Amino acid sequence: MRHSPTGPKVLVALGVALLLAGSWWGLTKAPGEVYMGEVQRIMYVHVPTAWNAMLAMTFAFAAAVMFLFTNEWKWDARMEAAIEVGVLLAFLLCCQGAIWAKPTWGVWWDWDPRLTTTAVLLFAFAGILALRRFVDDPVKRGTWSAVATVIAYADVPIVYYSVRWWNSLHQMQSSPATVSSAFHLPLRLNAFGVLFLMTGFIMLRARIASLRLAEEIAPPPADALGELA
Amino acid sequence: MKDLLAALRKDLLLQWRGRAQVIAIFAFGAAALLLFSFAIGPDSAALREHAAGFLWLGLLLASTLALAESFEREMEEQALEGLLLLPASPRGLYYGKALANWAHLALLGVALVPVMVVLYDAGTLRLFSLVGVILLGTAGLSAPGTLYAAMTSQTRARQTLLPLLLFPLVVPVLLAAVKATSLLILGDPMGQLRPWTTLLAAFGVIHWSIGGLLFGRVVED
Repeated sequence: MRHSPTGPKVLVALGVALLLAGSWWGLTKAPGEVYMGEVQRIMYVHVPTAWNAMLAMTFAFAAAVMFLFTNEWKWDARMEAAIEVGVLLAFLLCCQGAIWAKPTWGVWWDWDPRLTTTAVLLFAFAGILALRRFVDDPVKRGTWSAVATVIAYADVPIVYYSVRWWNSLHQMQSSPATVSSAFHLPLRLNAFGVLFLMTGFIMLRARIASLRLAEEIAPPPADALGELA
Repeated sequence: MKDLLAALRKDLLLQWRGRAQVIAIFAFGAAALLLFSFAIGPDSAALREHAAGFLWLGLLLASTLALAESFEREMEEQALEGLLLLPASPRGLYYGKALANWAHLALLGVALVPVMVVLYDAGTLRLFSLVGVILLGTAGLSAPGTLYAAMTSQTRARQTLLPLLLFPLVVPVLLAAVKATSLLILGDPMGQLRPWTTLLAAFGVIHWSIGGLLFGRVVED
């Protein structure tokens, strides 16, 4: 049995603990918001998810660029892991947004720039994961998905501004200045909770990817597999 | 530059010799336009209002066929590998093919306009502007489309993957082209045409540059 690293597991455990604490605080201790009432409490998971989804996608872009320049396999594994976690977070983000939007705006979906850009990003990166599934040659798979990741990421600002010109309704971005200090603690706890969880997931997933890759490109001998991980 | 012209000439010649395919793709686009009207119903005001959207959706759907076809030929008898063995730059190959695809898609777009006019009663007298919008919009489709077709044509699920990768990417093209075409058909009292065409042009410039930079990596062995 190969040795499995403890770092990511500690991060995941820490992330879960922080999320539990932050969510408990946000649901019971923090005051309700004046205009939106209890619905607003979804912000404690929604905003951290949004930040970390963007972080994961940005890391995927950075890993793609690194892979194209260095051709090192570890960047391919990291890119795969970051795209997968980013897609998961973007999907959760769209779901949470819909749950929040129904009682607040009266509709599940709205064609607002951030919402639409997230959905477009979700489809673009899910498409890259699909591309990886259908390419057998690891070199081509790595290069093509890196190229697609760079292009999809470069497209994000264009999508954002085109949708913004097209239609806009989403509330202004929140910053610490516009958010009452009573909301800070649970928001911060959850932001770090999701951050640790995401980092742990990416590390674990990247390890799986590099082990799979090691098996793919160099089957024998048995003890060589451990070194790549 | 010489590589580019040679590749462009080759691809245009291939398209001319395979013009049955070009006509079939046009028929597909026209059939799509016909189908969209059934989704709306025989409400001529609503049809006219949505005509621009239908035109671009038809063009987008047909473009995946055209783009895939342009690389399907290169896969036969490993023609692409032969091309890459030539002392020509991959960049020239890419721009040649992207330009040929652009010409094909622009022609398709212009050919679909009369279909739109007849089916949806949505015409415009600003024909030069309309052709300009079609040129800009199809430029935005052909640059990333050619790059992605080069990748997906070598994969197992090529019919699914090309639209899956291309559609999210060209959302700004669809959005801006539909808006611009709509303004031409329904009137533009606020003078909003310019920002949308600028957006199309910006998208085109960005993706024609990225495409040329990355194509070498896509086809390398």
